[in-house]
Amino acid sequence: MYKIVRKEVLNAQVKLLEIEAPFVARKAEPGQFIILRAYDEGERIPLTIADYDREKGTVTIIFQEVGASTRLLGSLNVGDSLADFCGPLGVASHFEGVKKAAIIGGGLGTAIAYPQAKKLHSMGVDVDVITGFRNKDLIILEKEMAAVSNRLIVTTDDGSNGTKGFVSDILKKLIDEGNTYDVVVAIGPPIMMKVVSDVTRPYGIKTIVSLNPIMIDGTGMCGGCRVTVGGKIKFACVDGPDFDGHQVDFNELIRRLSIYKDHERAAQERHQCRLEGKINA
Amino acid sequence: MPNMSLKKVPIPEQDPQVRNKNFDEVALGYTEEMAIEEAKRCLNCKHKPCIAGCPVNVQIPEFISLIAEGKFAEAYETIIQTNSLPAVCGRVCPQETQCEQRCVRGIKGEPVAIGRLERFAADWAMKHLEKTYEKTPRNGKKVAVIGSGPSGLSCAGDLIKMGYDVTIFEAFHTAGGVLVYGIPEFRLPKALVQKEIDGLLAQGVEIRTNMVIGKTFTIDELFQEGYSAVFIGSGAGLPNFMNIPGENLNGVYSANEFLTRINLMKAYKNDADTPIKRGKTVAVVGGGNVAMDAARSAIRLGADKVYIVYRRSEKELPARLEEIHHAKEEGIIFKFLTNPIRILGDENGWVTGLECVEMELGEPDASGRRRPVVKEGSQHILEVDTVIISIGTSPNPLIRGTTPDLETNQWGCIVADEQTGQTSKEGVFAGGDAVTGAATVILAMGAGKAAAKAIDEYIKSKG
Repeated sequence: MYKIVRKEVLNAQVKLLEIEAPFVARKAEPGQFIILRAYDEGERIPLTIADYDREKGTVTIIFQEVGASTRLLGSLNVGDSLADFCGPLGVASHFEGVKKAAIIGGGLGTAIAYPQAKKLHSMGVDVDVITGFRNKDLIILEKEMAAVSNRLIVTTDDGSNGTKGFVSDILKKLIDEGNTYDVVVAIGPPIMMKVVSDVTRPYGIKTIVSLNPIMIDGTGMCGGCRVTVGGKIKFACVDGPDFDGHQVDFNELIRRLSIYKDHERAAQERHQCRLEGKINA
Repeated sequence: MPNMSLKKVPIPEQDPQVRNKNFDEVALGYTEEMAIEEAKRCLNCKHKPCIAGCPVNVQIPEFISLIAEGKFAEAYETIIQTNSLPAVCGRVCPQETQCEQRCVRGIKGEPVAIGRLERFAADWAMKHLEKTYEKTPRNGKKVAVIGSGPSGLSCAGDLIKMGYDVTIFEAFHTAGGVLVYGIPEFRLPKALVQKEIDGLLAQGVEIRTNMVIGKTFTIDELFQEGYSAVFIGSGAGLPNFMNIPGENLNGVYSANEFLTRINLMKAYKNDADTPIKRGKTVAVVGGGNVAMDAARSAIRLGADKVYIVYRRSEKELPARLEEIHHAKEEGIIFKFLTNPIRILGDENGWVTGLECVEMELGEPDASGRRRPVVKEGSQHILEVDTVIISIGTSPNPLIRGTTPDLETNQWGCIVADEQTGQTSKEGVFAGGDAVTGAATVILAMGAGKAAAKAIDEYIKSKG
């Protein structure tokens, strides 16, 4: 069940797992997500699909080790199996009629932006990709993104890779230089998606963001993932996770993402002991 | 001679001030002696009015006479002829509006404690009987059951006995539906539900978890996979909100989310991976069984004060009497004729209070209940740090959204024949909350059984 067939360490905190999940691979589309549990009694972790291979029956996820559960997930190896892997969930991205697109990936968001770029590129769309990282050691998917874009700009906050600046500044520069886009897809930390949406708003460029609120079931049952979009409550799991970035209440999203911060800290300490126990044993 | 006591033999329970700090079962169950004594209150009426009140036709006077004679195994066998989940039903059925409501003993005094006796027989059997299942010969036909809640389990249980190969598709990682994510441990121990499910597995039912129908498979794809018929028992899982300001503040839960974290994800245990916010002062909005479950769970998580905020009066509370009684005993504070209008938060977006108005009862509305109207100048604030919205649920849209030829009504409920569960789509049957909107476990089980019979007839008619 849900065996890990490939593992890659993309940077110090970000790992890639390719997982046998034929029923998910069969239906998966860019923009959709899965929910996994690494082990029985584990948390249900929602992760956006980074890639899929229908023939091999595998789905690839890329995740950052931010908390106890994702660190445990990152400690698994090829040959290990996950307890649960459910999906594909959410609504797939739609790009009908798009001729030129800018895909923005912020940090780990690059992993989720990748299948979108790949899909658009395969549709013959002219794709500009801008990815941003804190420093050059954190850069991921550079080769992969280059293969599915007409132009790739990788930028770092500290300029350590030779290009300095935020993705939003680069996008603004491209637009001001006369590049026109039918759509901008921005995926990354909420604050980055907010800033990119603010950049494109005055130009009236349609901007799609992929939201990652806290959720349990991923099928519309708990309502924990509710977000305000255009003044209305939406459930990210069944109405999204893609939404119009100009309509999203990002401040609320950021606030709701912090609900379990204290708990997360305690859980990390607990798991640290468990992990070290395992390693020492 | 029947026992002519006007009162039921009391059922031992955990002390309210002890149990409101733990998640262990509240009611401890009858001993053999108590069960026999209570069973002797049954008059064994010739016209058996109680059976007409049971959605699954349990042969009530028959099993009760057997208990009175001390034939507990036989009593259990009698129940399971028509009810595949007696340990569950004995605990969560609203007997006071069903079988017990029609009991002749209830005319003067309390009715026979049918629910407690059913539970006794089921628990006795689990403890004493080595369960063996006769495997019916397989007929080579496959039926898909969507959802492993009460309707799906009872439908699957009947179909497997008829010789069908049955596959249950469950979206969650664990089977049981509302029995595991919704109803708390202190009312329905999860080990019991698991035993019932293990029984189905032993008979050959296949359960496939992590399968979201409408996403992983569509209904049409199930037919392509070789299933001859499909039963939809996907429940009413979508939480309703009130659409009042502040509903997205940190510390506002749907009852579904609150209970799922506690029950399915075991967040009540200190070392659980899935977190829950343990509120100190909690307001639960709503008056149904789910609201009682949420309030009683909140107090068990260590809240100092838990309010039930309900816009009508005590008389209109839709929850079972027993749940209301237990909630009161455990210290839940009821705010009747009170309606929330706004949730207040601090500068960081955490809940600080629930602003409410008081209501008066006016003329009866379409449901026959007197409609509450706002009392002038009655605005006030309940100081709470957590608000749980428990005002009902709607059917999940994932199946209807991907099955265009499946007719649904304006509330999103699947339109199905009351007797057979037949939907607008050939070979597709439905029952339980997905059809009726949120209702009871036993009604869902009844619908699952009825659909199993109709599915059998449908498949046979196709040759």
